[in-house]
Amino acid sequence: MIRTPLRPLARILKAREDGEDPGLIERENRRKRRDADRDRKRLRAQGRLLVLGLCFFAAYATIGVRMGILANVEPAEPKVASAGQQIVTQRADITDRNGRILATNLVTRSLYAQPHLMVEPERAARELAALFPEEMDEERLRGWFTGERKFIWLRRQMSPEQMQAVHDIGEPGLLFGPREMRLYPNGPLAAHILGGSRFEKEDVNAAEVIGTAGVEKAFDEYLRDPSQGGAPLALSLDMTVQSAAREVLGGGMRLMNARGAAAVLMDVHSGEVISMLSLPDFDPNDRPRPLASGNDPSESPLFNRAVQGVYELGSVFKIFAVAQAMELGLVNPDTMIDTKGPLVWGRYRIRDFHDYGPSLSVKNVIVESSNIGTAHIAMDIGAERQEDFLASLGFTTPTQIEMVEAPTGKPLLPPKWSEISTMTISYGHGLSASPLHLAAAYSTIVNGGTRVHPTLVKQAGPQNGERVISEQTSRAAVDMLRAVVTEGTASFGDVVGYEVAGKTGSADKPKPTGGYYKDRVIATFASTFPASDPKYVLIVTLDEGEDTIGSMPRRTAGWTAVPVAAAMIERIAPLLGLRPAVEPSQEAALIPANL
Amino acid sequence: MRGLLYVASALAVMALAFWAYQENYRTQASIRANSEVSRDIGRLRETLSILKAEWAYLNRPSRLADLAEMNFDKLGLLPVEKTQFARPDQLPYPPAGLARVGAPVDLVGVVPQFAPDGEDWP
Repeated sequence: MIRTPLRPLARILKAREDGEDPGLIERENRRKRRDADRDRKRLRAQGRLLVLGLCFFAAYATIGVRMGILANVEPAEPKVASAGQQIVTQRADITDRNGRILATNLVTRSLYAQPHLMVEPERAARELAALFPEEMDEERLRGWFTGERKFIWLRRQMSPEQMQAVHDIGEPGLLFGPREMRLYPNGPLAAHILGGSRFEKEDVNAAEVIGTAGVEKAFDEYLRDPSQGGAPLALSLDMTVQSAAREVLGGGMRLMNARGAAAVLMDVHSGEVISMLSLPDFDPNDRPRPLASGNDPSESPLFNRAVQGVYELGSVFKIFAVAQAMELGLVNPDTMIDTKGPLVWGRYRIRDFHDYGPSLSVKNVIVESSNIGTAHIAMDIGAERQEDFLASLGFTTPTQIEMVEAPTGKPLLPPKWSEISTMTISYGHGLSASPLHLAAAYSTIVNGGTRVHPTLVKQAGPQNGERVISEQTSRAAVDMLRAVVTEGTASFGDVVGYEVAGKTGSADKPKPTGGYYKDRVIATFASTFPASDPKYVLIVTLDEGEDTIGSMPRRTAGWTAVPVAAAMIERIAPLLGLRPAVEPSQEAALIPANL
Repeated sequence: MRGLLYVASALAVMALAFWAYQENYRTQASIRANSEVSRDIGRLRETLSILKAEWAYLNRPSRLADLAEMNFDKLGLLPVEKTQFARPDQLPYPPAGLARVGAPVDLVGVVPQFAPDGEDWP
């Protein structure tokens, strides 16, 4: 680049000749040079600004356009993600404790019609009516197909064979939509526990399945939660045991001419309900409608006697009074209790089934099931302590079992816990509770004395709840229950090798109008086995059972519920993997004398 | 020198562009293949869930009980009983003289004279 000199000689000489100041020329040239320099720098800066501006514009334009696209396109699932394919069904399976399926889903098809697409509506109506003669009427179908309607639901679910038959009609206006239905492959086996399900919102392409009762409803959100990844819900039930128990209980119920029966088998340490039955039952695949209001809900097969049915359970309660008295140090198994009858309190008279003489030991009060003796023990305990103790066994609140029906199984307590209530409750009258309550309370008594809450979900280990009674009291109570079976009212319950211990209870049913029926009995056998180390509690309740083999119908639990329970234990215990034990000698079972 | 650099960069850009396009097409092909596979997986899972449901239905305890009853003369199946529990000392164990499992031995059967206490085994 050629630089202009600051003092060009020609102009300087000329200026000198003209007598001008040559310094002016230099200054002017300096100015020009500075100006040129400034212009060049400004141009460069402007260029840079422009480039930078363009960059910013491009960046913001990209973001803006991308946002616009995102806002306007239909959302689509990311195609490349690989982890999202775990969920195929919208509702997780329910399994038993060994992973056998209790409830699962099946993809079927629903059938709908779009008459404006039809080619031969009349032939379609005729052939459809021939395929489904019970539910479709040709006249009505023809009216629909030739009418104004654009969309008609025809059938909710169809088997593949039926779908093929409809396909073969060859009518383009008959269309199929996928329908995921809930299937209970075992039919009525665990009907009350599972509950049932139904379609909620229905669309051509899918329908929402929601639980209507039982576990299905209690765990509705869990089962439908996609974040679980379709992992099945493992219940504590054992399907094999449940099936064997249902068979035996059903047979026993027919044999004893009972109107209904309930059974609860519970693990005494973990609180897991291994089997729970209420008969008569129903098929959850085809859940019957609830009875119209005004009828007794307990007449319906939907009624779960084991959870919802609160009954006065009778003498099975006696062990609670005795266990509490032993825990408080008021009595020991050999203390003699006054059993002179009848015991008169105000206008009430308490009687025994037989006259047991002037006095019995505490152990024999349980073995012989003396109402008077238990009432005397309860009077020593007092109303307040009794109420607290029964509350700590769970008799004052509904059970927390994971079913929607649980809160409806609320125990009926006396309005005022008076002294006479204390006496009657001690032998199981005046307080109504469900067989499940009884199972939980017996578990607490026999497992060493810690509180157990019944649960339907598979547990990892024992609950180790708060202590209710001491281990010695628990041991003594189990020994008394064992004596009931070996020498008392439950002699039919002695299953050789399994050391059954238990207590019978036969309670007259209360009339709806007040008072009690003389010939209608709720017979209960609350048992635990094996007595040397109790593992399971089995409650069997028969509603109005009677044994008609003898000349007189026998309704006490010892003749009705006990043989049924014994048959159940005989069948169930080997399935539970319990090895039949040789009974330890009586010396080994003795309890320390310092009780 | 500078010219050579320009030519080299242009060639490099072309080569990279070629590579990038190829990768792009390969990715798209993989995505297509992947979505096909996942459709297959979905279909298979659906089939599997139907088969599981069917298995559960065919294995329901009431049906098995009926089958056991129908085939009683052939199979003679009965419910488990408490008498079927045995103690370990009631089981016939191989005599101590036998080689450990997996070691090569010449004999295939068990010679009765190995049995202790004159007890026949098996």
